Amino acid sequence: MGSVRNSKNRKKPKLAVFKFASCDGCQLSLLNAEEDLVSIGEAVEISHFLEASSHVEVGPYDLTLVEGSITTPGDRERIQEVRKQSRVLVTIGACATAGGIQALRNWGDHEEFQQAVYPHPEFLDTLATSTAISDHVQVDFELRGCPVNKKQLVELITDILHQRKPRFPRHAVCLECKQSGTVCVAVTRGIPCLGPITQAGCGGLCPGYDRGCYGCFGPTAQANVSGLSHWLLKHDMPKTELVPLLRNFNAGATPFREEGNRLAREQDTELE
Amino acid sequence: MEYGNRQLLAKEGLQDLILAMQALEYMVIGPKIEQEAIVYEEINSLEDLPRGWTDLQTAGTYRIKRRDDDAYFGYVVGPRSLKHYLHPPRQLVATATRDGQRWEFESIENIEQKYAFLGVRACEIAAMRVQDRVFLQGDYVDPLYAKRRESALIVAVNCTMAAPTCFCTSMQTGPRCTDGYDLALTELAEAFVIEAGSDKGEKILRDLPCSPVTTADLEQARKLQQQAVEQISKTMNPVNLREDLLENLNHDRWEETARRCLSCANCTMVCPTCFCSTVEEVVDLSGDNIERRRTWDSCFDIDFSYQNGSIVRNDIRSRYRQWLTHKLATWHDQFDQSGCVGCGRCITWCPVGIDLTEEVAVIREKKCSE
Repeated sequence: MGSVRNSKNRKKPKLAVFKFASCDGCQLSLLNAEEDLVSIGEAVEISHFLEASSHVEVGPYDLTLVEGSITTPGDRERIQEVRKQSRVLVTIGACATAGGIQALRNWGDHEEFQQAVYPHPEFLDTLATSTAISDHVQVDFELRGCPVNKKQLVELITDILHQRKPRFPRHAVCLECKQSGTVCVAVTRGIPCLGPITQAGCGGLCPGYDRGCYGCFGPTAQANVSGLSHWLLKHDMPKTELVPLLRNFNAGATPFREEGNRLAREQDTELE
Repeated sequence: MEYGNRQLLAKEGLQDLILAMQALEYMVIGPKIEQEAIVYEEINSLEDLPRGWTDLQTAGTYRIKRRDDDAYFGYVVGPRSLKHYLHPPRQLVATATRDGQRWEFESIENIEQKYAFLGVRACEIAAMRVQDRVFLQGDYVDPLYAKRRESALIVAVNCTMAAPTCFCTSMQTGPRCTDGYDLALTELAEAFVIEAGSDKGEKILRDLPCSPVTTADLEQARKLQQQAVEQISKTMNPVNLREDLLENLNHDRWEETARRCLSCANCTMVCPTCFCSTVEEVVDLSGDNIERRRTWDSCFDIDFSYQNGSIVRNDIRSRYRQWLTHKLATWHDQFDQSGCVGCGRCITWCPVGIDLTEEVAVIREKKCSE
């Protein structure tokens, strides 16, 4: 990863935020950073952040945050240009890191969706798939979540400004539940929870509010998805519920996608 | 000094005990129903205790349920243990602040809060002693643990029932509390038998509204304690356990278990002896304020064995094997004792119900050499 402090003339590093197919929620996390936003504004020059300001400066940028997935031919070209203009490129959120909820189109009939939704689909120019930014360009760091965690986002910017390699946990959400004293909803209530195979970073948010984790931070490193699905199926969870549980905000993340596909194939065979 | 002068404390007398501990400025930590489990939490009065509730535990499941009596301690053990307080999950250990051209460093070594633990089981006392060995002995003493541990008051409870996940009798840690407590209670149908185990406990006991015990009370207490022993169905023979595991590091079972294990770390988080943590420095945007934080970590975390540019235990098989063999075998080499106290938490709180006693049994059944 290049250093962002080596800009010529020791000017403040230039920060850019770009959006692709997404809901803007991750960019909002930056705006929601409150007092930290002031410090960020002092530490960097916000050069391109349309959600916050129509003032736009041209690249190159020292640190670029990219939100959203690639869903149109235009996106596919634009991300190449964004990459060229960025010294350090960080993707933020499930759309950018795994294709997002809109990656569900990857399992559907793209043409049919267009016909069903739009009166004039001929004006559309879209791809049949929604894919992660890293499927198209080199990404220096990925920040997970739907949306990303505000604290992690500020920490990431801090680390990059101080020329440290960002260091975020790749372990399960379960550690965060236990650390914060949240009692396991899977064990006490039999609620299907993806926490054991989902990367930490949210602080165990959903189980803290008595519901199961739905995996919005994507899979842990070496996630044993089939280990969990085997247990859930053994405990009477139907595949018709398990497949959608794996196919939501991180449907496109490889371990979730592969196990979801495997279960869906089994389901099809059983129906035949 | 000899203690063990047993007396009878009425059920309501428990409130006097709580008040006495509060008067001595302890934060009383005891059993409380929270999030559908009986967990250690701050207790303000007798009303907070899970009176008339019990827990049902099997591999991967835990449920609370009404009892048909009004017992205060009619449950086994919950997901939290004393380590949650003595070795807390998140701890600020040091700070560094830039002041112009110089840095100021400060270590956090002063802990004001002292805890009184109410309802501590024999296996939990044993677990605390395992952590004492880790944190208080040897060349490196943890000052924060030492402060909390030194000031803690332990009010133990002898188990009168067991869960199907319990195996303290195998690990020789319970179910009866023999030492390591300040006060110990045995809950009878109508009252508690109470005894002191230290000067601190004796002093508190002296001011409680107790009455003399009768032979019938003691007989009832003995029977109830025996009932717990008899309810324990799970076993794990500790004899040759170290050798049986270390001589079978390439057993097929490790691979099979790795297909079920999620490497989620729940077993290590609930284990009352697991002590691993990670230390990281967190800097603010100005770069002038740095906090060194210690957080519980686990051998099941893929990055836990990261060193010199690579991960040493880079699959679930090697991580599970590391945990089990450390807990039951190499802990002896490191600390001269087993790291397992037989509380069964790792069995109950494993989200896919992996039972270490079954794993050991399978490895023993068909050893590598055979």
